[in-house]
Amino acid sequence: MTDDELIWRIAGGSGDGIDSTSQNFAKALMRAGLHVFTHRHYPSRIRGGHTYVEIRAADHEVKSRGDNYNFLLALGDSFARNPQEEAYYGNEEIKPLSENLDELREGGVIIYDSGLLDTDDIPDFDERVEENNWHVFDLDLRGLAKEHGREVMRNTAGVGATCAIIDLDLEIVEELMSEAMPEKILEPNLEILRESYEDVKENYDTDVGVTVPESEHDEEQILISGSHGIAYGAIDEGCRFISGYPMTPWTDVFTIMTQHLPDLGGISEQVEDEIAAASLAIGASHAGAKAMSGSSGGGFALMSEPLGLAEITETPIVLVESMRAGPSTGMPTKPEQGDLEHVLYTSQGDSNRVVFAPGDARESYIQTRKAFELAYNYQIPSIILYDQKLSGGHETVTESTFDREPNPDIGEVVTEEDIEQGERLAGRFKRYRYDGEDGVSPRSLPGQKGGNFLASGNEHNEAGHISEDPDNRVTQMDRRMEKLDAIRDELDAMDESHQTVYGDEDADYAILNFGSTKGAVEEAVDMLNEDGHSVKAMNVSDMVPFPKNEVNSFLEGVDEALVVEMNATAQFRRHIQAATGKHGDKLFSLLKYDGNPFEPTDVVDGFEARLDGSAEPAHNTRIESATGD
Amino acid sequence: MSVFNAIDEERDIDVNEFTPSLEPQATWCPGCGDFGVLKALKQAMPEVGRTPDETLLVTGIGCSGKLSSYFQSYGFHSIHGRSLPVARAAKLANPDLEVIAAGGDGDGYGIGGNHFMHTARENHDMTYIVFDNEIFGLTKGQTSPTSPKGHKSKTQPRGNAKSPIRPLSLSLTSGATYVARTAAVNPNQAKEILAEAMEHDGFAHVDFLTQCPTWNKDAKQYVPYIDVQDSDDYDFDVHDRREAMEAMHDAEDALYEGKVLTGRFYVNDERPSYQQEKQSTGDMPETPLAERYFDDDYEWERSYDFLDRHK
Ligand SMILES: Cc1ncc(C[n+]2csc(CCOP(=O)(O)OP(=O)(O)O)c2C)c(N)n1
Ligand code: SF4
Repeated sequence: MTDDELIWRIAGGSGDGIDSTSQNFAKALMRAGLHVFTHRHYPSRIRGGHTYVEIRAADHEVKSRGDNYNFLLALGDSFARNPQEEAYYGNEEIKPLSENLDELREGGVIIYDSGLLDTDDIPDFDERVEENNWHVFDLDLRGLAKEHGREVMRNTAGVGATCAIIDLDLEIVEELMSEAMPEKILEPNLEILRESYEDVKENYDTDVGVTVPESEHDEEQILISGSHGIAYGAIDEGCRFISGYPMTPWTDVFTIMTQHLPDLGGISEQVEDEIAAASLAIGASHAGAKAMSGSSGGGFALMSEPLGLAEITETPIVLVESMRAGPSTGMPTKPEQGDLEHVLYTSQGDSNRVVFAPGDARESYIQTRKAFELAYNYQIPSIILYDQKLSGGHETVTESTFDREPNPDIGEVVTEEDIEQGERLAGRFKRYRYDGEDGVSPRSLPGQKGGNFLASGNEHNEAGHISEDPDNRVTQMDRRMEKLDAIRDELDAMDESHQTVYGDEDADYAILNFGSTKGAVEEAVDMLNEDGHSVKAMNVSDMVPFPKNEVNSFLEGVDEALVVEMNATAQFRRHIQAATGKHGDKLFSLLKYDGNPFEPTDVVDGFEARLDGSAEPAHNTRIESATGD
Repeated sequence: MSVFNAIDEERDIDVNEFTPSLEPQATWCPGCGDFGVLKALKQAMPEVGRTPDETLLVTGIGCSGKLSSYFQSYGFHSIHGRSLPVARAAKLANPDLEVIAAGGDGDGYGIGGNHFMHTARENHDMTYIVFDNEIFGLTKGQTSPTSPKGHKSKTQPRGNAKSPIRPLSLSLTSGATYVARTAAVNPNQAKEILAEAMEHDGFAHVDFLTQCPTWNKDAKQYVPYIDVQDSDDYDFDVHDRREAMEAMHDAEDALYEGKVLTGRFYVNDERPSYQQEKQSTGDMPETPLAERYFDDDYEWERSYDFLDRHK
């Protein structure tokens, strides 16, 4: 096993404070100069039920949760002690230990809370420990916590013990706890932390080969999730109105925005359903605010009709679609990329929208800003498509990613003077008259003198009046569709493409993927190239308008390309084929849809299985060839 | 410079300002009650003192939804049943606007029923006009939520098994603070009520009885109506919830027995509008959000300042 990284898993019952403990610990590792990536696993249950959070930390950039892990802190499940629950779920108490052993690397470390867990309940425990050369620390964390404060503080005891074993400066953790905890509970927690640390240092052999390297960041880092990236991108871009209805995992963005908007003079509305949510965003934007809404699969389905309304009335809005496994309610807490086609095509008529799928937290910020900019400059809805994995997982991002420039520009709006002098005012204001180059006709805002017009979900003429005139229909349709060409040109002209190419440009073999699979694929590319293969990857973010030329030239010269995506029907592969009109003979799919994200080795195995049959595809992944051209 | 200079307080407003200068042909059938709503609305505007440019009319889909085509103001002809959520947010983003939402009984009480209930509950400061012709007009005469029990149509050929919805009581129980019913055949009352509804500071719901001579032969225009305020038989306090409720029950029962009671049924001037509530909890800015995008002096805060907590 490598000793240059720590993958620390804290496991317990949901509701036991695993989240906050792990967030603080992840931050401590970041402050120690390391790169950090977190992965949150949780069942669809609020209290009780086994859950864990994994933190991967290294002195080099970490892009995925990695393959397996090397440090388990098993806390037991304090909510599983009622006999009725036990009848339903079995002995949950021991699950934080028993359920996590399969993925623990050889030579790894186990701390378990002997105050709550009994290894006698786990068959073969001792044999497995010996076989895998695991280092086991049985510590009465609960007892220690109880002695100095309350039982729930056993998380802190576990962190103290961890620091002793991996040799992490306790001061960093102490400082973080002082920032995060209210006075009343801080003191007992600090006592527990120190005592646990010292106990392990004094009474155990901590030379077990799992440590974190010493490191320092060149630049200041922050630890955020993709949802933070989206929310902060929206705020910097001047978004001050959000409307939504809760649905996992979209709720993350909704709550982050709601937490900040009132302080920024903005408005957040929790409304009766998702149809209302999207309609409110349209209403606010029509009146002149920068507005967003969003949901996850089922809720986004309800937004289908308002989405079309925004398209035809040319009302700028940004919608977020945070994918989880479907169909229907599917698996609420599990990631999938199965809503791609839903987002591309939902709503009646020819779709006319921008869709971005950021690949990490940094891109979530950057692309959300761009999505707003395009929505308002081109009067078109933009959608940010991402998934449960990117939504909740935290990663280190350089602070300089965050632009200092707020952008309250809402695009072309005429002034009252323009209206008075302009020829657009013959009768009603000609809101939809085309005299620009990119399909955009300047709008007037309700409240402006002389600018009154009708925005209609029916096909309409220049003044907004309902019209079924064939020539008008073609003119209006073409004008709206023209915007996408202009947007593509604008995206192509940007200094930095939204697509990330990774690996050697002249490689023989290519991997294509989108969204949150980015990190795992890039790590797989490194592993494959180290093994002597010649592989490059492209993570595509621009789903609509599609970067056809970029993808074509990326695929030029490669023998074959593996399209990696988390769904069962190869939606992204079909999208590439449809958008480029070719490559059917070159593309193979590697699909995974079991509710777990791709790990780097899944991709490596898939690649080798496809290329030379030297490996089996990893468990629950499938290889499939493309059909047609 | 601000894009909003229009708000012009002291100006005489002419009814004709609300008629589009290049008027599109109204596509309503001859004799349709919708003409009555349009006329009453235009006539109410000068009384309220709002110009076309200060007014946003959001409509749904249906014959009724076409109101925004024939009424000159800022208009938003949205989708079936969703006029209220669009209107609500526009009002929140720019409270200076006079916001009116309108649609049919199918639009408002059927597909949009959820929004109706919640908009009333939140008491948004706006006026909601429901063209109540007891039928789906635009889709050619299907049974609607206000069609009488036993009503026969292509979708209920054996007679409607459902009892009609009770829009007035529903509105009151949901939280509306102004509830009235008027009729296209009574233009003076209609004008007065619409003006009052617009001036009301909260959610004003007007159930507007209209006739659909094309699909609904039981059109109410031929039935004598009684103004509950003018009649000695209906002496109740419109500010008293319970009394109002009782009057509404009478009106709703009587309607299908051929007696049309119109007028104001409930007026509550005490309850703050949603906007006021939201401002009092600090959830909404005092100056219109929409204006801020044009205020050169406004300091835009950045997410950068929140990043500290992630360091
Ligand atoms: C989502 C959706 N469902 C159905 C329709 C079809 N539709 C258009 S108008 C209408 C009914 C209109 O009835 P009502 O609201 O009573 O208005 P009226 O035409 O009588 O004024 C229906 C069902 C639609 N446009 N959208
Ligand atoms: S169908 Fe009925 S409601 Fe529609 S325009 Fe004709 S008369 Fe009016």
